[in-house]
Amino acid sequence: VEDVLAAAEEQEAEKRRSVTVEKELELEFDLGNLLALDRNPPPAAGLRGAGPRREAQLRALARDNTQLLVARLWQLPAERAGGPGGPLVARLPEPAFRLPREKPPPRPRPPTRWEQFARLKGIRRRKRTALVWDEQAKEWRRRWGYRRAGGDPARAWLAEVPAGADPQEDQFAQLRREKRERVARNELNRLRNLARAHRAATTVPAAPLHPTGHQSREELGHVARVARVSTASLGRFQPRLPKEPAEPPSRSGGKKRRFEPLLGNLAAERGRQLELLRDMNSKKPVLDITRAVNKQLRQEEAEAAAAKGKKQSQRGKRGRRRQHVGRSGKKSG
Amino acid sequence: MRPLTEAETRAVFEKLQRYIGENIQLLVDRPDGTYCFRLHRDRVFYLSEKLLKVAASVPRDNLVSPGTCFGKFTKTQKFRLSVTALDFLAPYAKYKVWVKPGSEQSFLYGNHVLKSGLGRITENTAQYQGVVVYSMADVPLGFGVAAKSTQECRKVDPMAIVVFHQADVGEYVRSEDTLT
Repeated sequence: VEDVLAAAEEQEAEKRRSVTVEKELELEFDLGNLLALDRNPPPAAGLRGAGPRREAQLRALARDNTQLLVARLWQLPAERAGGPGGPLVARLPEPAFRLPREKPPPRPRPPTRWEQFARLKGIRRRKRTALVWDEQAKEWRRRWGYRRAGGDPARAWLAEVPAGADPQEDQFAQLRREKRERVARNELNRLRNLARAHRAATTVPAAPLHPTGHQSREELGHVARVARVSTASLGRFQPRLPKEPAEPPSRSGGKKRRFEPLLGNLAAERGRQLELLRDMNSKKPVLDITRAVNKQLRQEEAEAAAAKGKKQSQRGKRGRRRQHVGRSGKKSG
Repeated sequence: MRPLTEAETRAVFEKLQRYIGENIQLLVDRPDGTYCFRLHRDRVFYLSEKLLKVAASVPRDNLVSPGTCFGKFTKTQKFRLSVTALDFLAPYAKYKVWVKPGSEQSFLYGNHVLKSGLGRITENTAQYQGVVVYSMADVPLGFGVAAKSTQECRKVDPMAIVVFHQADVGEYVRSEDTLT
């Protein structure tokens, strides 16, 4: 029993011990962000390399710092939210620490056509008032929106036929059509501006050519290639430079193999094959040395055989018969 | 299935030329129809245009063999002629070798032709020339490469090889599973 009591006492003591944390430097607290900054130097020895020891040390450090932060939070003025029975809530002060940006700042976009024009002409933006005096209603109405000045459809009951227009034409429809066109044009211009900005953001500025004297061969080749493609037809009808190789660059950059279609022009295919055969035959040498030599040897052999045969015939029939027995099985046509 | 590229066509024609010489033109340009070469799974097939149009509608995985297989391209892109091309090589062969009845069977089992089994051989056969092997009844048995020129054939001893075996009709039975 005493052992059990001693163990329980030890546990309690440890709990109490763990509430107080000792640090060399005081932590900096920003309770509005629930932030605690620990400027104490870390225990240098243990943090090198991965391992369970490092893990344990880091865990202990985190626990200590969290303990200090929570202790500070408990010191804040607290109240019961939602009446006497609700949870205890601490009132946090204003956050003091400036958090860094989550996303990069927006890059400057190119000016739109109107902005360019305005800058050119020196037109400045004039601040508009929110309310406009409406003469008919004799009160200040808002510029646009609910009950705007002059926007009441019932008021525009008359649409004059202009001097040169067809009397049968519907002027109200004309007005509506024009408004629709204005809106569409505005939208188109807005999209164009967007596209221009997007294009300007996407294009990578090309590496400019070095001033004379320092151009490398690859640089010149690259710039020549870019110049060739910079025509309206993307370089298709551009005459080649004297020593430029006559190879049209593949659109996929040489990655994918392309084959002839399966059922393409069969007559053309046959023509190509016949031409290939003609090329192959033309490259073969007309005079084959070995064959010529063999032919020569054969001729000499035949002459020698003929001469031998004549000598044999002078001797007599018996000699010849013995000679020809071995050679009857072969016929060299 | 796809047509052969320039390099592949060249390889095939060079191989065929070794056996039939300039008679390839008769294979490419036939009076009785348009025939063409197509590649399917590294094998070269020779088929008529009519058959090509029909075979084009078969899915690639299910297509086994359109037309006649002439040979296949090995892993290192070398062309290897197979016995199934014999029907087209035999009529146009330039250099022929006739084999005696006794050693016909030996050749059909895949052995080389020895001087003792040699019946006839065309004149002017150069060494290492592609030849078509016939039986004495003028039945094409296969093809091979002449190990000796005609001149040397006469002088050499009976146990020497005169024709290296490359393909024979016995393969239809021996390698039934691997032939397309």
